[in-house]
Amino acid sequence: MTELDQSCSVLREYGSEQSLLSKPDGSSTFVQGDTSILAGVYGPAEVKVSKEIYDRATVEVLIQPKMGLPGVRERTREQCVRETCKAALLLTLHPRSSVTVILQVIHDDGSLLSCCLNAACMALMDAGLPMSHLFCSVTCAISKEGQIIIDPTARQEKVRRTALLTFAIESVECNVLMSSTTGSFSVQELQQCIAISQKASEQIFQFYRDSVKRRYSKIK
Amino acid sequence: MRHELFCFFRTAEPLEYHRSFLKENCRSDGRELGEFRPTTLNISSISTADGSALVKIGNTTVICGIKAELTMPPSDAPNKGYMVPNVDLPPLCSSKFRPGPPGEQAQAASQFIADVIESSDLINMEELCIEKSKLCWVLYCDIMCLDYDGNLLDACIIVLLAALKNAQLSEVTINKETDLAEVDIQKKKPLKINRLPVGSSFAVFDDSIIIVDPTAEEESLSTALLTVVTDEEDRLCAVHKPGGTSLSGEKLQHCINRAITRNKEISKLVGKVIESTKTAK
Repeated sequence: MTELDQSCSVLREYGSEQSLLSKPDGSSTFVQGDTSILAGVYGPAEVKVSKEIYDRATVEVLIQPKMGLPGVRERTREQCVRETCKAALLLTLHPRSSVTVILQVIHDDGSLLSCCLNAACMALMDAGLPMSHLFCSVTCAISKEGQIIIDPTARQEKVRRTALLTFAIESVECNVLMSSTTGSFSVQELQQCIAISQKASEQIFQFYRDSVKRRYSKIK
Repeated sequence: MRHELFCFFRTAEPLEYHRSFLKENCRSDGRELGEFRPTTLNISSISTADGSALVKIGNTTVICGIKAELTMPPSDAPNKGYMVPNVDLPPLCSSKFRPGPPGEQAQAASQFIADVIESSDLINMEELCIEKSKLCWVLYCDIMCLDYDGNLLDACIIVLLAALKNAQLSEVTINKETDLAEVDIQKKKPLKINRLPVGSSFAVFDDSIIIVDPTAEEESLSTALLTVVTDEEDRLCAVHKPGGTSLSGEKLQHCINRAITRNKEISKLVGKVIESTKTAK
């Protein structure tokens, strides 16, 4: 009964803080409800000769779970975050360098991959790395009755036969950059989730703009 | 002489080489943009495994062996057995994989296959349980790539499906007096497969052109990769696009439609192969 209280297209309360760590070139936290991720960005920095690419920067992503060592699940998340960052960053401006994004899970209460991507984008902005567009991420859950819940909590995600769809949306034309899904769903449900995610992403992009405006208006 | 020049062009400017074909709406190996490479399937390739299959999509060769072992069910699901898929990319299949612990691509592929198994409800895990909280089957699915020429995920899904259809599990009874499991190797029964998930992989070139079933060279030059897994009821089990350039709604719909037709082609192929082994026996 308490689950139905959350309306379909309302994100949980979200917030972010930037430049909180002194050593990384850029850092941020992103909080969505109770899910909290801390991101740090180092770059452009030196890269190992084995990993260097002659005409662009090498992007590395590390996700540290709250407990234990990174495993196979973290690797898939790292791949999603890395490919999304590679599409957004202007890598050819820094050949033979590396950009490293480190994400630490502080608390996981659902929509973890989305929170990671949002924290990564805020940290890349904080580091001042040149990007062609910004990205944000939204998770949708489709219950077995067909009800679509946006930004689900861990409890909503764990309900049996719930499909989870995570999308990364870019800021220029609101197209889908990254898609990662579990569970089965129909094509109509997929299109509905994409439309809902694109609508919700507008809120998050406005949040990015407001936070940058607020930050740079203090520096006179 | 002209053929040599062409080969130099391919090595020196691979992106321009492929673009020149895409401008004419075809690809460097003569395929159409929406054409898959010829797919061949062979089952019962490994006699020591409980189920096995080998699939070739063009040059990409992937083999799967299934071993069933007895174990205690996990404490959070005492009435279910489980499957452990593992995708291995040995240095044999391509020069870009070095010896040592599994690299990121192998781990991501293993997780993807595990997600597809769960999302598509491939087999009822309750059927793998022999006695609640005491004994269940665990199916170790080892998928190994022998020749990597792009489109690994599609091949892994097909080979896993074929190997599971081919797998036979012995009958196990628990002796009431000794409380030990007795395995009857003579009585074997096949697994019940609920769904037929089939994947289709696409590569996006230059943010606009979508090609189906990319080779390794096309994958490395693409700006985004997408894999769509559908089942026989046209429901989507996975839409896997790990980043890369953006994709509009209509292009995504076009890919999904192609994936649905591919599902029918592969289901027919798998059905034909399974039937042919049954009649041969």
